[in-house]
Amino acid sequence: MAILIYAEHDNSQLKSETLKLANAASKMGDDLHLLVVGSDCAAVANQASKVDGVTKVLVADNTAYEHQLAENVAELVAEIGKDYSHIVCAATTTGKNFMPRVAALLDVAQLSDVIGVQSSDTFVRPIYAGNAIATVQSSDSIKVLTVRTSTFDANGTDNSAPVEAIDLVKSSSISSFVSAELTKSERPELTAAEVVISGGRGMQNGDNFKLLDGIADKLGAAMGASRAAVDAGFVPNDMQVGQTGKIVAPQLYIAVGISGAIQHLAGMKDSKVIVAINKDEEAPIFQVADYGLVGDLFDVLPELEAAL
Amino acid sequence: MKILVPVKRAIDYNVKVRVKADHSAVDLTNVKMSINPFCEIAVEEAVRLKEKGVATEIVVVSIGDKSCQEQIRTALALGADRGLQIDTNESLDSLQIAKLLKKVVEDESPDLVILGKQSIDSDNNQTGQMLAALTGMPQGTFASEVNIDAGKVKVTREIDGGLQTVELSLPAVVTTDLRLNEPRYASLPNIMKAKRKPLEVKAAADFGVELGSNVKVLKVEPPAQRSGGVKVADVAELVDKLKNEAKVI
Ligand SMILES: Cc1cc2nc3c(=O)[nH]c(=O)nc-3n(C[C@H](O)[C@H](O)[C@H](O)COP(=O)(O)OP(=O)(O)OC[C@H]3O[C@@H](n4cnc5c(N)ncnc54)[C@H](O)[C@@H]3O)c2cc1C
Ligand SMILES: Nc1ncnc2c1ncn2[C@@H]1O[C@H](COP(=O)(O)O)[C@@H](O)[C@H]1O
Repeated sequence: MAILIYAEHDNSQLKSETLKLANAASKMGDDLHLLVVGSDCAAVANQASKVDGVTKVLVADNTAYEHQLAENVAELVAEIGKDYSHIVCAATTTGKNFMPRVAALLDVAQLSDVIGVQSSDTFVRPIYAGNAIATVQSSDSIKVLTVRTSTFDANGTDNSAPVEAIDLVKSSSISSFVSAELTKSERPELTAAEVVISGGRGMQNGDNFKLLDGIADKLGAAMGASRAAVDAGFVPNDMQVGQTGKIVAPQLYIAVGISGAIQHLAGMKDSKVIVAINKDEEAPIFQVADYGLVGDLFDVLPELEAAL
Repeated sequence: MKILVPVKRAIDYNVKVRVKADHSAVDLTNVKMSINPFCEIAVEEAVRLKEKGVATEIVVVSIGDKSCQEQIRTALALGADRGLQIDTNESLDSLQIAKLLKKVVEDESPDLVILGKQSIDSDNNQTGQMLAALTGMPQGTFASEVNIDAGKVKVTREIDGGLQTVELSLPAVVTTDLRLNEPRYASLPNIMKAKRKPLEVKAAADFGVELGSNVKVLKVEPPAQRSGGVKVADVAELVDKLKNEAKVI
């Protein structure tokens, strides 16, 4: 039986998570169908057909799917997915939103945040904010998984898989989209960036995050934050890195004015190189930092920007 | 309107867990347990809706062994009206929890079910969505704002790109994110009062839900440890190390 992969996209652009999903899925089997659910999303379907390893692209293009509302998408994916051995999607807020519904409709368990694939039925996933790593085996007839894409490589895009339209329309009246307030940023996406610089409560206010701007510009970095910085309203919610925010694993992670609570570490400790800038030499962040600089961030940041 | 709030007993968020030496599970002996933080936010939201006159009754339910009555009492002290413990010693998947909760929904007919978005032990982030699917309810997950008006609920959701608002018909399922509210502390008089609030116990086995899991834990290991790094003296040394040693810039 084939594997159904749910494409991550915004109706115009296929997201890089999808390339990593294809890689993760190829460790479970080799007949990979990539499902694009959206509205006016022909461009995405076209990009999807290029993803290496994919044998077929399925496209459900309908206004009912414009905002990928969980109620509609889950009904669709459950109906299509019943003929597959695995259904996989990225552990993004889109995937986390509808996939458990799919699993429940199919009467199977879901495995969340998979970071390793050992065989077609055995998977590795973090629990307790990544302080324990569980290896689990599923005997469910259909394996429903969300995948933490940061731990997988991306497949290439030299393919030209056939594209097939799906006519199923699931449109429920119990929920509707009202509005979205999306953060605009010229910077790379947090989960895809090679370099991430994050600020914490030590930044003191939102204005001071400008001190990170020049450094981020020079390094081509994405910008993140701790929960404390988001809760205090310094920066928007989508910048939160951690157990219950975004999980990042860049080449370089720079934590500024962040103490290093377990929940924050859960979101960044798989980064290749970690730098911590903190005035408290006892801060727990230094226990995971490759390079720690004890100092006042208001002195250090301008100096760092100038030195790069 | 009636609100149902499922709460979970979980390890306290301040505890750093250790894995058992035989790698069978996480060691929970003598570990501080609390109400899962996201469930606390759910209880707080329900209490605020009651204080605003929107809700009339708050029922909390917890599935687990007798010890989870402690967390039900906490929720009662925070302002819930009555509690239900569904007694079981089994460790259940989110799907089984959702199936048990579905039965509770059928019995209680709540207008709104508010759950945490995620348990901080299993890190599943599934139960609310599954309950919504099993009961045919709409869902507003990862909520940072909840507004009830004219038989509908508007939920503002924290998503990867920012915020999204959806409108749901009632009854509906909402799961809480961190910014929804800041939970209060229970006052001593309220803790005393909570002891007299009704807490019903039912056996999970009587619900007609199959409690076995199809997911077997083969092993639980500690994560790879990072080897402690070095402290650098100043910015110049930092930049030099990043360029010439780590080669990441
Ligand atoms: C259910 C739950 C989920 C959570 N999820 C997350 C999550 O996903 N992500 C997350 O980050 N947190 C999360 N948390 C919160 C977490 O426990 C911490 O409270 C939070 O990470 C602390 O943020 P912080 O390090 O910015 O603030 P603090 O802990 O207050 O640390 C501020 C640091 O800044 C330093 N500092 C202050 N001034 C300066 C200066 N001038 N120069 C240099 N350094 C300075 C201080 O020495 C201190 O170390 C969660 C908590 C709970 C309960
Ligand atoms: N044993 C349980 N008893 C009651 N509610 C639970 C239980 N397990 C999970 N929940 C609810 O489901 C939410 C999400 O949990 P999970 O899907 O396990 O991450 C929690 O915040 C609770 O509101």
